[in-house]
Amino acid sequence: MKKIVVENLKYRYPLSNNLVLNGISFDVEEGEFIGIVGRNLAGKSTLCQALVGLVPHFYKGAYSGRVEISGVNVLESSIAELSKHIGIVFQNPFTQVTAAKLTVYEEIAFGLENLGIERKEMIKRIDYALNLLDIYRFKDRNPFELSGGQMQRLAIASIIAMKPDIIVLDEPTSQLDPQGSEEVFKAVQDLSKEGATIIMVEQKIEKIARFADRVMLMSEGKIIDYDAPTKIFSRDDLLSYGVQPPVFTTIGRLLGLKDKRTGLYPVTLDEAYRMMAKSEPHRS
Amino acid sequence: MNLIEVKNLSFSYIKEEIVLKNVSINFGVGSIAIIGQNGSGKTTFVKLLKGLLKPTEGDIFINGKNTKDTTAAKLAREIGMVFQNPNDQIFKNRVIDEVMFGPVNTGQNLQEAQENSLKALEMVDMLDKENENPYDLSLSERKLITIASILAMNTGIVIFDEPTIAQDYHGKNRLKKIIEELVSSGKLVITITHDMDFVAETSKRVVVLNQGEVLLDGDTKYVFSKSDILKTAYLEPPSITQFCSMLGYGKAFLSVEEFIRYRSAKESI
Repeated sequence: MKKIVVENLKYRYPLSNNLVLNGISFDVEEGEFIGIVGRNLAGKSTLCQALVGLVPHFYKGAYSGRVEISGVNVLESSIAELSKHIGIVFQNPFTQVTAAKLTVYEEIAFGLENLGIERKEMIKRIDYALNLLDIYRFKDRNPFELSGGQMQRLAIASIIAMKPDIIVLDEPTSQLDPQGSEEVFKAVQDLSKEGATIIMVEQKIEKIARFADRVMLMSEGKIIDYDAPTKIFSRDDLLSYGVQPPVFTTIGRLLGLKDKRTGLYPVTLDEAYRMMAKSEPHRS
Repeated sequence: MNLIEVKNLSFSYIKEEIVLKNVSINFGVGSIAIIGQNGSGKTTFVKLLKGLLKPTEGDIFINGKNTKDTTAAKLAREIGMVFQNPNDQIFKNRVIDEVMFGPVNTGQNLQEAQENSLKALEMVDMLDKENENPYDLSLSERKLITIASILAMNTGIVIFDEPTIAQDYHGKNRLKKIIEELVSSGKLVITITHDMDFVAETSKRVVVLNQGEVLLDGDTKYVFSKSDILKTAYLEPPSITQFCSMLGYGKAFLSVEEFIRYRSAKESI
């Protein structure tokens, strides 16, 4: 089943002269994990906002085309209605945290209260999200007394607790320590295995190569390519779109390691290791 | 020569919770990375260096001056810091005014401040945004504006708190070049980041903070060769370093080029 269908989406911010989204069309199947990559200002964050309805319901401007979320046309719906199907973790966690609540625990409860979730279920979900993001010990703390990385964990937890069918994450791990970001990717992957549909914008290419089912390469408001990670990251012109290939692809390219069957370079550590181990007689 | 001397520094926001425990460390000219898990005290530490917070115990000397005996405003002439969250830093409604605020208020005359500000905007490749409102810009651009406003102050010590947030390949490369330029002009650059590949490419020395203490401090290669210790601090070596150790190389490689060079040298023997 298709969870997201976008047809020829064009959008221009108010007072701006150029289209930030310029004819975007794609669809996403239920349970897919989609990674979006591209240089700054490619339109990635704006696309995220168009999926959750902030464009055009909050950010006005010129809008044409069609975005359908779980069968609902975004233009004809509202942000509140859409939030039952789709949640977003913003690029900057300081933007996300409401400041309406005095503790981390209540901050996560805020979204659930607004969805009218029953108390028992609410407690269950909050505990789950707190543990998943490893912030249970801060549950009674004021969100604004958290460090940047802890606040980012809180922003992710508050969306995960709402259990939307579709979760959009805009660079969710930019302020997390390496193991923390690994845990977030794993948690998001688990959610997608359970049927949640994931859209994630990321600069951490090595992680996208490992976790995403499909990758969308964007540039200047357009989709350049939308395919399996191995296909996208093996492109010779990747750098010209401001995207650095995974370290392992660069190694593969420099050493001429290609998959015999597909003719593609390795994109993950495991793939590169497998290809390399065969051709690496000397160690020291 | 040490630009920063930290002696037996301890700090807590509230009594029950010690954020930094008896840290003693010195920094001279060069590029230094501070890494550590979320909540390990990295940002608190640099706020102490900047004089925004004062030690609960111990002392910090910036160019020989004890931060307890001076004000953050006076220290601002010697030490500049780019905040983690650009929205915490930006308050003017024109990019050029934002960038010029620091230099003008730390004693540069108007002409000098303008020259330095334009030069700084050029360094971050934002010269064409001079007259825009920072809040019309994207997060990645706002981050670059905050970097320019610190560069324009021309301080001997520059601190970057998570400079790579929201930066793409070109943005990161620009930052690398800026750090190189600052170091080659004799400055001390301290960078807090979670991007280990960026650390490997930009820093000569790495300090690992863990639960308020210095867990490791040394040459970048040395620190990244200690993967077991890093693991206890929720960190990991750069991708290339991990890959080579998986392949059984005993040596810690910091870049793909280094690895390829080493490998072809071995092959030609």
